Amino acid sequence: MPDVPATDARILQADRLDRLFEALIARGYHCVGPTLGEGAIVYDEISGSTDLPRGWTDEQAPGQYRLKKRNDGAYFGYVVGPHSWKKYLFEPQRRLWQLKRAGQRFERTDEPPEPKRYAFIGVRACEIAALRIQDRVFAEGSFVEPGYAKTREQSLVIAVNCTQAAATCFCVAMNTGPEVREGFDLALTEILEPSHHFLIQAGSERGRELLSALPTAPCTAELQQAAKTAVAQASRQTRTMETAGLKELLQKNLESPQWQDIATRCLSCANCTMACPTCFCSSVEDTSDLTGDHAERWQRWDSCFNPDFSYIHGGEVRKTTASRYRQWMTHKLSTWFDQFGSSGCVGCGRCITWCPVGIDLTEEVRKMTQPEGGRA
Amino acid sequence: MKHLQDVIAEHPFFQDLESAHLALVTGCAKMASFKSGEFLFRYGGAAEHFFLLRHGRVSLEITAPGRETFRFQTVGPGEVIGWSWLFEPHQAQFDARAVDDVSVIQFDGKCLRGKCEADAALGYNLMKRFARVLVQRFTDTRLQLMDVYGKQTR
Amino acid sequence: MESRHAEMVAAQPWLPQPWIVREVIRETADVVTLSLQPGEGAAAMSFGPGQFNMLYAFGVGEVPISISGDPADASRLIHTIRDVGLVSRALCGLQPGALVGVRGPFGSCWPVEAQAGQDVVVAAGGIGLAPLRPVLYHLARHRARYGNVVLLYGARKPDELLFGVELEAWRQAGIQVEVTVDHADAAWRGNVGVATTLIRHARFSPRNAAAFICGPEVMMRFTAAALEERGMAQERLFISMERNMKCAVGFCGHCQLGPEFICMDGPVFAWPRMRRLMAVREL
Repeated sequence: MPDVPATDARILQADRLDRLFEALIARGYHCVGPTLGEGAIVYDEISGSTDLPRGWTDEQAPGQYRLKKRNDGAYFGYVVGPHSWKKYLFEPQRRLWQLKRAGQRFERTDEPPEPKRYAFIGVRACEIAALRIQDRVFAEGSFVEPGYAKTREQSLVIAVNCTQAAATCFCVAMNTGPEVREGFDLALTEILEPSHHFLIQAGSERGRELLSALPTAPCTAELQQAAKTAVAQASRQTRTMETAGLKELLQKNLESPQWQDIATRCLSCANCTMACPTCFCSSVEDTSDLTGDHAERWQRWDSCFNPDFSYIHGGEVRKTTASRYRQWMTHKLSTWFDQFGSSGCVGCGRCITWCPVGIDLTEEVRKMTQPEGGRA
Repeated sequence: MKHLQDVIAEHPFFQDLESAHLALVTGCAKMASFKSGEFLFRYGGAAEHFFLLRHGRVSLEITAPGRETFRFQTVGPGEVIGWSWLFEPHQAQFDARAVDDVSVIQFDGKCLRGKCEADAALGYNLMKRFARVLVQRFTDTRLQLMDVYGKQTR
Repeated sequence: MESRHAEMVAAQPWLPQPWIVREVIRETADVVTLSLQPGEGAAAMSFGPGQFNMLYAFGVGEVPISISGDPADASRLIHTIRDVGLVSRALCGLQPGALVGVRGPFGSCWPVEAQAGQDVVVAAGGIGLAPLRPVLYHLARHRARYGNVVLLYGARKPDELLFGVELEAWRQAGIQVEVTVDHADAAWRGNVGVATTLIRHARFSPRNAAAFICGPEVMMRFTAAALEERGMAQERLFISMERNMKCAVGFCGHCQLGPEFICMDGPVFAWPRMRRLMAVREL
């Protein structure tokens, strides 16, 4: 929290957290945030603190995710789950339009959906980085995706600082966390000791206005220090990634035998791309009714691991799993820089946790950097 | 009228050939012409010549019973036809038929082989020139085999 | 290329604009040219040679198709389509009066005007002549601005050759037009052999020429290599790439080739940008 002036840091007692929900709802926001579901902590519509996964945490490892009880009452005592915020800004499936063929024109027969005003509650630093990355794809390029841009613009980011890291986290290496530094309206740090509080700061005008409506007290130096200590714990991460020179290294290794090695393990199931908070690929499907005069187009998340993804007349360009994994990894860690000026990876570790065979991106990068026999 | 040696020197196939070698090959050459439809040589016949095309095009073909004549390549001005004169058993491997009225420089294979045997430098030079053409034809054939414009079935 | 159509697409990038089929020209057994005019609510479109549109067969689907018309004639929109799949078949089957959805124009252009004073080699393979036709219209119209202009066109068989009338018109306009087919029977009096075999007959000065190449990827690779061998500089060769394009606006991710989005960075690329990428299998 070094960038936020101390005057801006306020204290909200944990038992008054619902005042935040009330303030958000009163301002017309749809609150979405962490809750228990599908045997994990997922993001869903929530209406108050009772929906939060209080007293739960997640234990993660390559190919493993387990919910565990905490022995305290932490609301945000977990790291990240299988969901990411992209599902609200870039929905897994949505109808783009419905058209009727009428004479010399198309008549739009659907009600274009009014972009929602979301309050994203519990956004982690790595997830803010992911949002910024998708902004560059959908809202800051030659073309702007209107639904994304509008929803993003009018939604609030209520960030929460991580106070612990999962075994799969490597945001420190990717320089995206664990401290929330920018890109938020409000940022919360949950303090359990000596007593349950939230240190709360505003990062925008909207955040300031919201903060002023909450029953907060000035922050004491003691709590400030407690927050610092808590966030520092999240910096202790077992996984890391050497990013210096990685962009070029991967380009030099497009024919590396390591892709074949990965392909013996990779199931090409696309889980990593679905869980990844920055993966943005989609496909469209056109349908019509039996009269043929009414048609609609749906957009769905797609993945570079799907065989059809690269289909051109005659067949798929990427027929093998090796080539698809190479596409995914080189895009994420190398060509993303060419396209969008940054890495496509934020170090959240989802692809590691949710890979059914536990392929570890950081480990594959390490092997690429230091191949056996020492040839780099 | 141009001297035969100048005409040969100007043909792309013998580009930059040193003058001593040029004189040697000219000694085995003469001008010739073929009417449209005439054969320069036919499959199985003795391969006694090769030809540098000056005007008109020649079709290289293979025929088989019950099949349409397979025309695998046409060659035009500036190109060379025939290499079987170089190798045993000196038999033509396909038909070469004039598409248009064609004028060529015709080389006597036996004459040239004799000079190549006697002058290894000339032999090597000629071999390099023919090898280049052969490689080019192979590349063309591979590309042709791929049937790149054909419809692919999945 | 700024036009009102482009603005409409920018505002609603997913929404096809309605165009009406005015004329259908059957080019070959499986290739059709559609001439379109704006329907209600659509605006006329200006485009650059090499650009493409997403054409929507109502209720069936959408595919990227290069514009094959004359860039100087904004009164109609011309697309030449080969029936190779579900959507292209539906487009090829459209009748005059039918409604077709159009999004575009998208992508980069052949840098033809930049070659003024130079020789220009246009090398086309199969349906690849269609994306190059706007270039040829331009070159024929402004023939005096350029040095030698040569079209090298290869197709599969004589009955798959496109644009016979235009080929003759371009010859008349002072373009060296060389045509070859991969396969032919004895009735064909023209050239037989792959497209690259035409290069040796092309009259141009390699040091003062640019080349625009479009066809199947293998054909473009071999043609570029042969032109390099003839002494042309790599950076003066241009090719047009194909990949799976679903959105054409950089959102869907399908058409990536290494760092490039074919839909936005291409489809026309300078050869050096593609040379290394095309050599990598399954990239």
